[in-house]
Amino acid sequence: MAAVRVEAMLAAAEEQEAEKRRSITVEKELELEYDLGNLLATDRNPPPAAALRGAGPRREALLQALARDNTQLLVSQLWELPAERAGGAGGPLVAQLPEPTFPLPREKPPPKPRPPTRWEQFARLKGIRRKKKTSLVWDEQAKEWRRRWGYRRAGGDPSRAWLAEVPAGADPEEDQFARLRREKRERVARNELNRLRNLARAHRAGSAVPAAPLHPTGHQDRDELRRVARVARVSTASLGRFQPRLPKEPAEPPSRSGGKKRRFEPLLGNLAAERSRQLELLRDMGSKKPVLDITRAVNKQLRQEEAEAAAANKGKKQSKRGKRGRRQQRPG
Amino acid sequence: SIYYYRKPKTKRAKRFLEKREPKLNENTKNAMLIRGGNANLTVTEVLKDIYAVKKPFAVLYKRKNITRPFEDQTSLEFFSKKSDCSLFLFGSHNKKRPNNLIIGRMFDYHVLDMIELGVEKFVSLKDIKNSKCPEGTKPMLIFAGDMFDVNQEYSRLKSLLIDFFRGPTVPSIRLAGLEYVLHFTAVDGKIYMRSYKVLLKKSGCRIPRIELEEMGPSLDLVMRRTHLASDDLYKLSLKQPKGLKPKKKKNISHDAFGTTYGQIHMQKQDLSKLLTRKMKGLRKRPAEKSAEDGGATPKKSKSA
Repeated sequence: MAAVRVEAMLAAAEEQEAEKRRSITVEKELELEYDLGNLLATDRNPPPAAALRGAGPRREALLQALARDNTQLLVSQLWELPAERAGGAGGPLVAQLPEPTFPLPREKPPPKPRPPTRWEQFARLKGIRRKKKTSLVWDEQAKEWRRRWGYRRAGGDPSRAWLAEVPAGADPEEDQFARLRREKRERVARNELNRLRNLARAHRAGSAVPAAPLHPTGHQDRDELRRVARVARVSTASLGRFQPRLPKEPAEPPSRSGGKKRRFEPLLGNLAAERSRQLELLRDMGSKKPVLDITRAVNKQLRQEEAEAAAANKGKKQSKRGKRGRRQQRPG
Repeated sequence: SIYYYRKPKTKRAKRFLEKREPKLNENTKNAMLIRGGNANLTVTEVLKDIYAVKKPFAVLYKRKNITRPFEDQTSLEFFSKKSDCSLFLFGSHNKKRPNNLIIGRMFDYHVLDMIELGVEKFVSLKDIKNSKCPEGTKPMLIFAGDMFDVNQEYSRLKSLLIDFFRGPTVPSIRLAGLEYVLHFTAVDGKIYMRSYKVLLKKSGCRIPRIELEEMGPSLDLVMRRTHLASDDLYKLSLKQPKGLKPKKKKNISHDAFGTTYGQIHMQKQDLSKLLTRKMKGLRKRPAEKSAEDGGATPKKSKSA
């Protein structure tokens, strides 16, 4: 008797549990696809087209039922996520969302990494690495840890330095304080100039700015002007052959035409050079040694292959440099 | 810092420009809601409702702008550059295309995708007299119907709608705050967009039972013209920079069932001194212990 009652009770309890769980279960033919990072769910089941073609209120009710089912499934998934109580025991329940997986296009193209500065290129070539410096330095005079530079630095305030030694071999009459100030100003100016040059180089590299305009702008440096002058000289109908030169310009353009076959030397110039050239030609023709030095050629080829392999490895290794590489690439 | 065309003279200007630079992790996309030259009341109401849903990541232009996006995209691109918005919704109305909405997005301030939708039925926020959810709630998005996967135009529309409505990307979310859901059903050549307020009811177990209450704007849309980006431009826009990939931890691997495997490197252990089971008889007595230590650590006696 008791056993039957216990069984009945258990059955009733299970029935209740199932009832509760039924309220949140939804039957679907195809499972939904979830992207919880975006709070997104996709239902691939074809909706009941015939029913939805009907009139207003029934359609709305159907759409609402469909939406309710789908939302129930999505919320169940969200409730399964690892959650914690934010702000102590009484705070709201907060779930950790995963990264969104749905591929969406970006707003703007990804930023290009800044090209290395002149120093960074040199350091990479030489293999110089950054030395980690401590932020505080022990100051003997003040007997405490002071900053390396900045407010209250370790060596005392440089503008309050009351003693400036005359270095050996300097003019005794010279004002040392003025010299120090002038040198600091020059250093700052040079640093600023180099920084702007690096920025301009980066900007030029990034934006593919076309070649310099042919008229002088006042902001061009020496080699740019030289390039521009050369282009201007050659832009005549006779390709610059009859262009008069300035008093200090070099007489002949330094083989801009390039190559052995385009060097037009005067006919009756240097007799000795002509003689030596002809004799060398005869010697080469008569000698038994082959013109192509096999060992040199092979060595050159090997070196070229090694350089290519090193470049490929360097490319791979640089991407693996991780923190250090990224630290050096931070914008200045 | 980049080399600016016009160098900013104040810190505020510099911050403004830096906000608009291309970044590794991008800002939330802003939307601009524009009225065309001949926009009617319906379309204006739609724009106002969408603005209410998308606040504060939207800009609603008050004046009418006489442009035709499908013919000439330069004015759209100009607006996008000025207001730094990469999503747009343009509303217009004429006899051939009544109640027209053009939804689109930009990549690098140039139009990427544009889809023209016709509004067949519209029920506004004002017309439904229910309680609304707070502004700026991140909505749940649900797409029903196999058309969204089968048809290429529909799948681009789905991607556009997700982009438009998803809001800011957050790492965690308050479970009780899941109040808003946007449900898109594609059936019979039409797209039904419905917005519901979510009510979490008690169910017997931990997961609540959902009840929905119709709340926000509801639209019946039909697809008209499209101007989709070519495949390679789309692929270019999807490209993510390498810095965003999570750093792979060495020595940790996962298998198909989700188990994480790792290798622990131990120092060499003296196997003769290993104790595998606790046996009371083998426990060292205090006398033996001190003999082993060589009396190095004698017990300190309390001074009286």
